[in-house]
Amino acid sequence: MAVPARKIDMAEALLAAHPAPGGEAGWAASARAAAASRLRASGAPVRRDEYWRWTDPASLTAPAPTPAPLPEATAPVFAGVDALEVVIEDGRIVSAPEGMEGVEIATLADAMSRDIHWAKDLFGVLEANGQVPVTRPLAALNTAVATEGLAIRVTGKAPRPILLRGRRKSDSADAVLHHVIRLEPGAELTVLEDGGPGARVNALIEADVADDAALHLIRASGPEAERRGVWQLFARLGRESALKAFAIAAGGRLTRTEQVVELTGDDAAVHLAGACLGDGDDFTHDDTVFVIHDAERCESRQVFKKVLRGTAKGVFQGKILVKEGAQKTDGYQISQGLLLDERAEFLAKPELEIYADDVICSHGSTCGAADENALYYLRARGIPKREAESLLVLSFLGEAIEEIEDEDLAEILREQTAAWVKAGA
Amino acid sequence: MAALDHTAPELVAKDGVEQDTVDAVRSLSGEYKHGWSSDIEMDYAPKGLSEDIVRLISAKKDEPEWLLEWRLAAYKRWLSMDEPEWAMVHYPKIDFQDQYYYAQPKSFATKPKSLDEVDPELLRTYEKLGIPLREQMILAGVEGADAAPGDGRKVAVDAVFDSVSVGTTFKDELAKAGVIFCSISEAVQEHPELVKKYLGSVVPSSDNFYATLNSAVFSDGSFVYIPEGVRCPMELSTYFRINAENTGQFERTLIIADKGSYVSYLEGCTAPKRDTNQLHAAVVEIVALDDAEVKYSTVQNWFPGDAEGKGGIYNFVTKRADCRGDRSKVMWTQVETGSAVTWKYPSCILRGDESQGEFYSIAIANNMQQADTGTKMIHLGKNTRSRIVSKGISAGRAQNTYRGLVSMHPKATDSRNYTQCDSLLIGDKCGAHTVPYIEVKNHSSKVEHEATTSKIADDQLFYCRSRGMSEEDAVALVVNGFCKEVLQALPMEFAMEAQSLVAISLEGSVG
Repeated sequence: MAVPARKIDMAEALLAAHPAPGGEAGWAASARAAAASRLRASGAPVRRDEYWRWTDPASLTAPAPTPAPLPEATAPVFAGVDALEVVIEDGRIVSAPEGMEGVEIATLADAMSRDIHWAKDLFGVLEANGQVPVTRPLAALNTAVATEGLAIRVTGKAPRPILLRGRRKSDSADAVLHHVIRLEPGAELTVLEDGGPGARVNALIEADVADDAALHLIRASGPEAERRGVWQLFARLGRESALKAFAIAAGGRLTRTEQVVELTGDDAAVHLAGACLGDGDDFTHDDTVFVIHDAERCESRQVFKKVLRGTAKGVFQGKILVKEGAQKTDGYQISQGLLLDERAEFLAKPELEIYADDVICSHGSTCGAADENALYYLRARGIPKREAESLLVLSFLGEAIEEIEDEDLAEILREQTAAWVKAGA
Repeated sequence: MAALDHTAPELVAKDGVEQDTVDAVRSLSGEYKHGWSSDIEMDYAPKGLSEDIVRLISAKKDEPEWLLEWRLAAYKRWLSMDEPEWAMVHYPKIDFQDQYYYAQPKSFATKPKSLDEVDPELLRTYEKLGIPLREQMILAGVEGADAAPGDGRKVAVDAVFDSVSVGTTFKDELAKAGVIFCSISEAVQEHPELVKKYLGSVVPSSDNFYATLNSAVFSDGSFVYIPEGVRCPMELSTYFRINAENTGQFERTLIIADKGSYVSYLEGCTAPKRDTNQLHAAVVEIVALDDAEVKYSTVQNWFPGDAEGKGGIYNFVTKRADCRGDRSKVMWTQVETGSAVTWKYPSCILRGDESQGEFYSIAIANNMQQADTGTKMIHLGKNTRSRIVSKGISAGRAQNTYRGLVSMHPKATDSRNYTQCDSLLIGDKCGAHTVPYIEVKNHSSKVEHEATTSKIADDQLFYCRSRGMSEEDAVALVVNGFCKEVLQALPMEFAMEAQSLVAISLEGSVG
């Protein structure tokens, strides 16, 4: 079917609003041009698109961001973690990153200006792979125009996590960030993200996880009322490698996390988890996941939990594709909505597409109010209603936080979530 | 045959999986057994689709002006519609001008007044299919039916042959109870007020590409009206047979269950083996008023095409029930074993408070078959309940998709849904897919969905094999066990047929 002219016009307007960077190496310029043609071919996303049916992309596709007042100053979530810190303020990297043992870090601008750079084999490559069968126009836009980001190459076990700390000074900064991460065989890295890098965010990570390597991604976004953004991950996993990603958002207007993970080596494992605390009239939290099993004996696990108050809307679209020959696949997925007010909404599409017979794949999805029996049990023991409800919320979200492998980081998030719940309750 | 020695026939149907299944596999060659065709002289409308054809079909049926207008409006709308492409089915583009839209046996030039006047060759067709159009017999297709006690359960049959209804049995006895059971063409003549009131009220003529096409060219189908407070004294059944080549069948069925009534309706269908694909685009509308209950069971056994995917029926069907009344209930049960391509989503609109919708489905796709089927449960009323149990089985190079929607509207408070869809894969060249949509817009409702996909467990097969069963028998046994929850929801006559169909449909899929 022909792409409607309106979508193409919107795509052109987006490209015009973000001028393509000049003066880059030949490979970089052609990767940009290819991405721009991908965007032109698919057009900008609209509500009528199958994977935007429940989330209105209008605020993400408007040429300029909706102004967002600065959030109250609070201590960053990962303030107490000993990490290599990179500050991203209003979409710009302001603290010069330095490498550490086994980890090379360069800015994206630096990498893209070099004729020979390892990022050449990654930048725009995984994103382009992830455009089939469903187009992801905002990701193509990102590849075409993003000038800020990091190129991280890890050759051993990173001694400390890398922490991407977002900060805002402007109420209308459009943050377009593109990171490429390459884990060489046997390497290990944790990347943390906290704060907010802009009024509107279009962030993208391309991660190539080689054989036996392990990558952990953890993102925590606090109750910043006006935040809108899309966070995208395109990952490729080698033999016996692992990827574990977790994201939690408290507040914000629109959070869409789109993750495309391809298991290309045997015995690889991917765990994706997410949680949200949503409230208010104009809140949408969307997790759109596509896991592709293209090797034997791989494991994928998805755990998504959404707590929704007011008229908050929680969206989950998760698909597991098991390609022909991907035998002995173990795929699991659970998505759950906890609706605490009459008009909250939970919308889910958990999909399975399976072309191999010797597999065990399952998905579950449930939605409902807080369990009356559990509430009664707690209240009968003298716990006030609000507090009892908060306990249930914490235990509900705790099942997603549990997916984080590092117990210390999990504990930080557990305490942070409890504080957010308390503040919101 | 230990199971058949049992005295209670219901138990045989429900629990007699073991021996029956095995016997069914053994006694039948595994070929599609309804693939023969009858040599009956037919009158065709000219090939292709145009306004004139719509007028001709309407004229053939001597329809009132309003119905012709309704058809023409649908046709006009259809011209501007696009064929849906979202289903996970692939087939060559259908040439809608390369079909006959109306075919009736020559002997129907003047409509026979009773079954006695019907061309004996036609009656033989149904006899051969095991569908008795004689009132003294009960529905065949049940092994050992002849031996059943003389006062066995009665089933009234409406037999549709290509574009016309051949006849309807037990009409008089049903009329005594106030039940109207006839072909829709007859209903248009004899009960125009009911048809006018309800036709298109559940599936509007603008609903979707195939439903709109059906609205323009529908030829025959069944009409059922159960008056207030009446429990239909027997099961009603329609048997659809496509015989003519290059002919599409576009039947339209309308069932109205008035307040407090009950009816169980069965639908069966077959078609001859042909090398070309044939189109079947039906619409079924059910209206259930306060406290009414409708059970609709289908065994869909259209010709599935040969092992190489040649021929077979394209089955594009729109079935929907409107639970308009409070405490009304509709139960869809389907066994989908035939058709080359299936595109079918029997749905319930739960409008009345405390209304209930249920959907039980077995979809088997073998060889080159493709099935994209499921249900929609739209909860609008308070305290509404729905339950979905879907069992998909893929073998050979087939693709089988469950696609469904559960929607809880803001006003549908305190409602519940439970969905279970399981898929079984037999062989490494087939596919099984699940595409459920869940939309919950109020917090007092509860929705639970679970789905699994796996293959037949090796330990189960080993258990059966070590007790002397062949591999094929063992697979059939395990598959019947997998489908048990759905088989149990079928009326007895169908449960028997369905069980053996499950075995036959999987023939050749092992080893």
